[in-house]
Amino acid sequence: MPVLRTDVGDPDAPRRLYADPGLTDRVFRGVLRSGGGFVLAVMLLVGGFLLYRAWLALDKAGWSFLTTSEWAPDAGRFGIAAVLVGTVLIATVAVLVAVPLATGAALYISEYAPARLRRTLISVVDLMAAVPSVVYGLWGVFFLQDKVLPTARWISAYLGWIPVFSVRGADPDDPLAPESVYTSSTFIAGLVVGMMIAPIICSIMREVFSQAPAGEREGAYALGATRWGMIRSVVLPFGRGGMIGGTMLGLGRALGETIAIFMIISLTFDIQWHVLQSGTSSVSSLIALRYGEASEFGMSALMAAGFALFVMTLIVNFAASSIVARSRSGAASDA
Amino acid sequence: MTVAPEAPGARPAAGRPRATLPGPPRAAEPGGERRRALTQLRATDVYAMTGAAASALALTWLLFTRLLPFDGAVGFVVVAYGLFLLIYALLVSFDEDGPAVVDRIAAAVVRSMGLLLVVILTFVVCYALVEGRKALVHANFFTEDMQRAGPLEPLSVGGALHAAVGTLIMIVIALAVTVPAGLVCAVFLTEVPGPYARFVRTIVEAMTALPSIVAGLFIYATAILGLGLDQSGLAAALALSVMMLPIIIRAADVVIRLVPGTLREASYAMGTSRWRTVWHVVLPTCRSGLTTAVILGTARGIGETSPVLLTAGFTSELNLDPLHGPMVDLPLATFEFVKSPEPTMIARGFGTAALLMALVLLLFVVARVIGGRGPGQLTRRQEHRRVLASRRDARRFAERRAAPHPTVRTEPGSPS
Repeated sequence: MPVLRTDVGDPDAPRRLYADPGLTDRVFRGVLRSGGGFVLAVMLLVGGFLLYRAWLALDKAGWSFLTTSEWAPDAGRFGIAAVLVGTVLIATVAVLVAVPLATGAALYISEYAPARLRRTLISVVDLMAAVPSVVYGLWGVFFLQDKVLPTARWISAYLGWIPVFSVRGADPDDPLAPESVYTSSTFIAGLVVGMMIAPIICSIMREVFSQAPAGEREGAYALGATRWGMIRSVVLPFGRGGMIGGTMLGLGRALGETIAIFMIISLTFDIQWHVLQSGTSSVSSLIALRYGEASEFGMSALMAAGFALFVMTLIVNFAASSIVARSRSGAASDA
Repeated sequence: MTVAPEAPGARPAAGRPRATLPGPPRAAEPGGERRRALTQLRATDVYAMTGAAASALALTWLLFTRLLPFDGAVGFVVVAYGLFLLIYALLVSFDEDGPAVVDRIAAAVVRSMGLLLVVILTFVVCYALVEGRKALVHANFFTEDMQRAGPLEPLSVGGALHAAVGTLIMIVIALAVTVPAGLVCAVFLTEVPGPYARFVRTIVEAMTALPSIVAGLFIYATAILGLGLDQSGLAAALALSVMMLPIIIRAADVVIRLVPGTLREASYAMGTSRWRTVWHVVLPTCRSGLTTAVILGTARGIGETSPVLLTAGFTSELNLDPLHGPMVDLPLATFEFVKSPEPTMIARGFGTAALLMALVLLLFVVARVIGGRGPGQLTRRQEHRRVLASRRDARRFAERRAAPHPTVRTEPGSPS
């Protein structure tokens, strides 16, 4: 029971008011504070402990940790150049696939779909965002891989002069050439991860688009805009922060994704720029593959790789939330 | 304490006491404005659409079979789609001007993107469910583990019981850790505002993007290598907890922040302490939202493979003891099954994935049913109960007023 007390002294002096919260409230606040402190401790411990365990390897490797592409910690030659490039490339492909799809779907749900269909579609997309990644991995390995090979082959045959799309060991003139040079590539892993993050990006964008004020929409219509004109001049500028923020959150998920990528790619330790070429790498697959057989020093090196991944996703996520929070639409969105 | 004479429930002249609540609040659009439906479909639009589709299909067929050395389904669809857009623009431009043509093309592109995403995603889910049917039709899939089933055994031997039980054990332990800690932390973020709470919120929000494998690596390094715990269900549950905690806190924080400030202030104005306000006003108001937050966090936790991969080990036997010995859950079992080249093992993997999908679907539907409404929005039944309760109160007040001797304690501030 809070009791309001006043200091009675000089009657003309402004009185200081303070409330005594009472014992139960003090205990209650203490419990809440310690709960917050516990969570904070766990979260800081994750980062701190990773860094602490990684220090052994980082200290020994120094800056070459970022430039070496081999992974032989016990021989002293190890670095994350290859896995980092692989991770970023897979995430880039994923974002390039997911963002147009997600933007289109979000615009459709918020602007074009009839009201009755809208509720169903929102539920469907939100459900898809909760589908386990192993299910996407299964789809990628057993269905998508075979279906995508002709496309990959076509791209490498006709666009192979662009360095990113060239494939070593492929012969576009030979129709019977084995297609195994195209399997397990960055491209396929990126497609699967793109499908995985598209609903996440879509649901954030949809949320933001639907908050564009009705008055401004009708203002645009009143000035003679078509529906697309209204979207371009009202909805998209209003939702720009949410679009960028949602994309970056999707990027964060794509960078950290493990199992769907691990199921598809075959790990190599060369820097693999050719997205259609078989064999690529990612930090999380490296950890999943090597944690079991690692020596103590190897474990420390894996920790260092995990720490690098952690820092990367942290930066992306911080950037995303600050962009979302600063945009006009961001205050109320739960992105 | 007496009831004021103008309180409607206490008026004896009105016959039996009545209490009414305002109707359920309408779901208002943000900003209090309603968007108007603007659809106008004219016959020419339909003609242009179908005509463009038909001619694009015909032209693509001609190109692919007669004129160009192209083949493949993907190429066919892409070329047909491009041609469709071109022809559609041409047809529309016969009777509309520039902006209208752009509008029609944009509408066509947006609609097809929306359709494409929903179709692909539905297909991904249905693919796992359909491929899983071969394993799911055998009852033993739900009642046996893989102890006596080698890779070559038919599907009528062995099953995924060990994985299903493992999932349940792990998620129960993880929820036992995350629900109290998560809810206390979420309440802390809103009820004890200040720089400290802001800092905690920033850290928690950053942690929602924690890669799940890093959570697994953390527990592997601390609990297994550091404290000497077995690779066990407990370790996996701890890894899942580290991953789920920020997700649950963030979702719960959003829900608690939606509780109207007026409700809290009304409670404080009655002289209630903070802790009673939280317990009797804030938490009941957002109970459904909190449940949804927990359920969605659970769905995420159930589906994660990589933390479990690092911390739980792998076994094909049923293990009921989370403290000792390896334990698998559904996603990990799926992953291990499909690593085998044997078709029966792959079928088992799909069966396990279908089981997992069904579980996530169930959780999601439950979350939708419980959490479809905002804080303070009541179901009909809840509203009915409230009306009954306030009628009871009104009757009680009236009786008390009619009673000859004062039985009311008059000391102020006694908690009711």
